[in-house]
Amino acid sequence: MSYRTQWVAYPFFVAAMGLFVVQVLVGGLAGTVYVLPNFLSETLPFHVLRMTHTNALLVWLLLGFMGATYWMVPEESERDIESPLLAYVGLALMLVAALGAVAGYPFGIHEGREYLEQPLWSRILITASVLVFCYNVTLTVWKGRRTSVSIVLLAGLLLAAVFYLFNFWIPENLVVDKMYWWWIVHIWVEGVWELIMAAILAYLLIKLTGVDREVIEKWMYIIVAMSLFSGLLGTGHHYYWIGLPEYWQWVGSIFSTLEIAPFFAMVVFAFYMVWKGGRDHPNKAALLWSLGCPTVAFFGAGVWGFMHTLSPVNFYSHGTQVTAAHAHLAFYGAYVMLNLGIITYAMPQLRGVRPYLQIPNMWSFWIMTSAVAFMTFTLTFAGIVQTHLQRVLGRDFMTIQDQIWPFYVGRLGAGVVVILSVLLFVWAIFGPVRQERRGTAERAAAQPAE
Amino acid sequence: MADRLTKSAARNIFYGGSIFFLVVFLALGAHSHYYAVTQSSPTDGVPEDVAKGKRVWETNSCINCHTIMGEGAYFAPELGNVWIRYGGDEDPESARAALRGWIKAQPTGVPGRRQMPDFNLSDQEIDHLIDFLKWTSQVDTQGWPPTEAG
Repeated sequence: MSYRTQWVAYPFFVAAMGLFVVQVLVGGLAGTVYVLPNFLSETLPFHVLRMTHTNALLVWLLLGFMGATYWMVPEESERDIESPLLAYVGLALMLVAALGAVAGYPFGIHEGREYLEQPLWSRILITASVLVFCYNVTLTVWKGRRTSVSIVLLAGLLLAAVFYLFNFWIPENLVVDKMYWWWIVHIWVEGVWELIMAAILAYLLIKLTGVDREVIEKWMYIIVAMSLFSGLLGTGHHYYWIGLPEYWQWVGSIFSTLEIAPFFAMVVFAFYMVWKGGRDHPNKAALLWSLGCPTVAFFGAGVWGFMHTLSPVNFYSHGTQVTAAHAHLAFYGAYVMLNLGIITYAMPQLRGVRPYLQIPNMWSFWIMTSAVAFMTFTLTFAGIVQTHLQRVLGRDFMTIQDQIWPFYVGRLGAGVVVILSVLLFVWAIFGPVRQERRGTAERAAAQPAE
Repeated sequence: MADRLTKSAARNIFYGGSIFFLVVFLALGAHSHYYAVTQSSPTDGVPEDVAKGKRVWETNSCINCHTIMGEGAYFAPELGNVWIRYGGDEDPESARAALRGWIKAQPTGVPGRRQMPDFNLSDQEIDHLIDFLKWTSQVDTQGWPPTEAG
């Protein structure tokens, strides 16, 4: 750890991992309801489980991004964080907002727009938390060395905050409501979050491979350019069938096809840099996640996204289990693996030890990735069968759901394995380290200068 | 990668291009907003009962089981066209009665079947909800869904 205040990242990572466990456990319960429909139907109905599952995911990813930012920015800016106290205030606000919101869900205290169900007080606290965070990070970056990595990271974070403000306006017209709802949901995950992703990946590759910063940052700019060029108009693939103009079928089909490009570029970028760099960094697990992240993101977001993004295909597949399959693999590859990568990289330094428990960490990588992939395959098959029966033959929804039940059993099995692998990861991160704290010389060796 | 492309050139492409695509996106968004309000919506402005029905839809988090126009959870049937599925086009009174009866009969408690909770909706709330679903079924959705099954 080069700067004392980088330690601020630690509580963010702890909170993120706590919510990660909540997310997968509740996901497991929701998967069980698909197999045993009467399970929990009186106490915790499906809609409560699903809100908790998706909200926990979003909040822990955000907490992870914040922790990653507080970890990276001092090294990039070559100065301490402007105000560690404000960072803790922001964390507390976010936790109160998230835990308070989720605690109210079983009692019917929520709003009803998908993923944005938090009651007004909670949305205000989330906004306050993000504002505090943005203020703190912007000042730190501005007063220090301004690298391209920190500028792109900051741009992604600030734009995410700006688009979140649409969450305070709920239009009466459903079509208008849906149109702007996507300005938050799509612009986040297929737009500005990709800026955050590219910046964090660039940081990890600079540290892990030792390739020259100029080269890595050039790649980063090209990748984020492709992300926004394709991702903004790619929003059109959500505008086909919700009461918006027909031209979105052309705009959405063309630009969302191009959305594959930045993800493919990230794969080439990561592998090329590792091949070119040749540094033998001791944190093998962090390197594994850094290569796995773009690869699985390419399949989940790129390939599985393209599979149903062209409007003539989407006409039949829209709103089936195909979408659920894509969403699981895309979120896992792009944002879950990214967070697990930066956490794996930072934790040994935060704890002041050499990389530890790398074997269980890498096992959790392979088990988790295989299990999420299996889950994606079962949901894809379920979705294809559902699409044909419901959208071509016009059979009744519930009859079809009974017929595709075996796929949901497979999904639940995969989900249980995901839960176990997540617990293994958390143990590999927070578990006991059986070695002496390293001396100054070793610290210098383990953490080479750029 | 070509060495002629410098980092600052890549940065300028990123900034310039992003601003260009953002402007195009905002322009199309403005037009789409106008189109949604004036052309694809079934009525001029949103009637009060439909707006109230939308609040019922939201405060009970219906979207976290059902889909509406294909968006939502995929656990329960599509409701964007449920009004048409229940024959509301031809016989609005029967469709309304059938929908009301269905909502009031939940949960069925049938073993092995997905359960919809009892949301304790008043008769008036159910009526508003049905008005909202009827309004939604009349939005011009470019011919989607392909079948009445939703």
